[in-house]
Amino acid sequence: MTTKTAIEFTVNGESHTLEVFPMARLLDVLREELRLTGTKEGCGEGECGACTVRLNGEIVNSCLVPMAQVAGANITTIEGVAHGDELHAVQQAFIEHGGAQCGICTPGMILAAVDLLERNPQPTEADIRNGLAGNLCRCTGYMKIFESVVRACQK
Amino acid sequence: MRAYIPSYQLTTVTSLDDALALIAEEPGVWRPFAGGTDLMVLLEAGKLPHRNYVNIWPLRELRGIEIDSDHVTLGALTTYTDVQANPVLQQEFPMLCQAASETGGLAIQNRGTLGGNIVNASPAADSPPALLAYDAEIELVSRGGSRWIPYNGFHTGYKQMNMRVDELLTRIRLPRTTSDLKHYYRKVGTRKAQAISKVCFAAVLRRDGVRVAETRIALGSVAPIVLRAKQTEDALRGQELNDETVRLARETLLREIAPIDDVRSTASYRLRVAANLLVDFLMTARS
Repeated sequence: MTTKTAIEFTVNGESHTLEVFPMARLLDVLREELRLTGTKEGCGEGECGACTVRLNGEIVNSCLVPMAQVAGANITTIEGVAHGDELHAVQQAFIEHGGAQCGICTPGMILAAVDLLERNPQPTEADIRNGLAGNLCRCTGYMKIFESVVRACQK
Repeated sequence: MRAYIPSYQLTTVTSLDDALALIAEEPGVWRPFAGGTDLMVLLEAGKLPHRNYVNIWPLRELRGIEIDSDHVTLGALTTYTDVQANPVLQQEFPMLCQAASETGGLAIQNRGTLGGNIVNASPAADSPPALLAYDAEIELVSRGGSRWIPYNGFHTGYKQMNMRVDELLTRIRLPRTTSDLKHYYRKVGTRKAQAISKVCFAAVLRRDGVRVAETRIALGSVAPIVLRAKQTEDALRGQELNDETVRLARETLLREIAPIDDVRSTASYRLRVAANLLVDFLMTARS
């Protein structure tokens, strides 16, 4: 048996120090300790991308990241994508173009799209497909999602 | 069923020396934990029997890609994203970049490492066939010193490796001798991204006129280990690249590999696909 240790990290610009088990999943800490339930659990095995967050500016599956590897890290979840009341262009495009259906994949899709546009503000269609390739939607809404990201690029 | 998280230890070290000391002091107790893209899946499924891990992810000594006139040397923690971004790898080792781009999706590519792909020792891993075809060498380091060994021969059986419990895989070295090679990499899975291979095929070939001067052929998901198809290579070396040679090579490959039926595919499908990929590789190399 191991003991909890203090891990310091930043989520959406706010610094936290939490007592956690080193192998605790970042996903569970975000949802259960910090009550940031916008990050969803889908498969729990790195296949579906529903739990996507950004860690030090790169997207990761938060179900596959143990807390020991979050020490000192800077995390952005879906709750940190908007600037106050002003939605991110990707969020606005998802609303306007029907990019969200049941909503479970949506936070991960949006974080993957935000990440893509920050790295590559003028992506090709292939870049968009590649950027979203790790995010599954079970409402079969891929075209609406794809179109939403295309529209977000045009803003 | 989900694992009981408090029963797992993940100890962070701040230097390679500290990691080597820890795994040497209690042999077999501590295993390395890098990007976690495989171990965390097993953890969540309640299928991770080993309990104590050393968190090597922060070790800068294991990162970075170094280029000199003869080799490209990659730290064991080089991620699939790092691989794809490197211009020398893009130019000279395209199969490794392709393998990296077809492993998982971007979130996996940001965390999965080449070293992890090797020592996790899955027969379905996607970068090992490319590493074998490029004649990679790997460096194993313990407190007592380091040794470079050919990657070919490292895997000795299903999840078995030529590696001691007090050693860590630290670097992977590729000889820069690919300029006149034809490269052929195909991963066959259920979908293009985020799929585990049914068959993975990586091969290089150098022609001398109409003859095969040199070829290295490696496959994943067709045997208990990722393997070099040595007999098939022998059947090709020095031969004129004609229909009869292709037919003989195909027959040799079918005898040389031993795929199984599992959740992802069947033995007979894998045999057919592997043979078809070999033929496509040779036809491409001929043209």
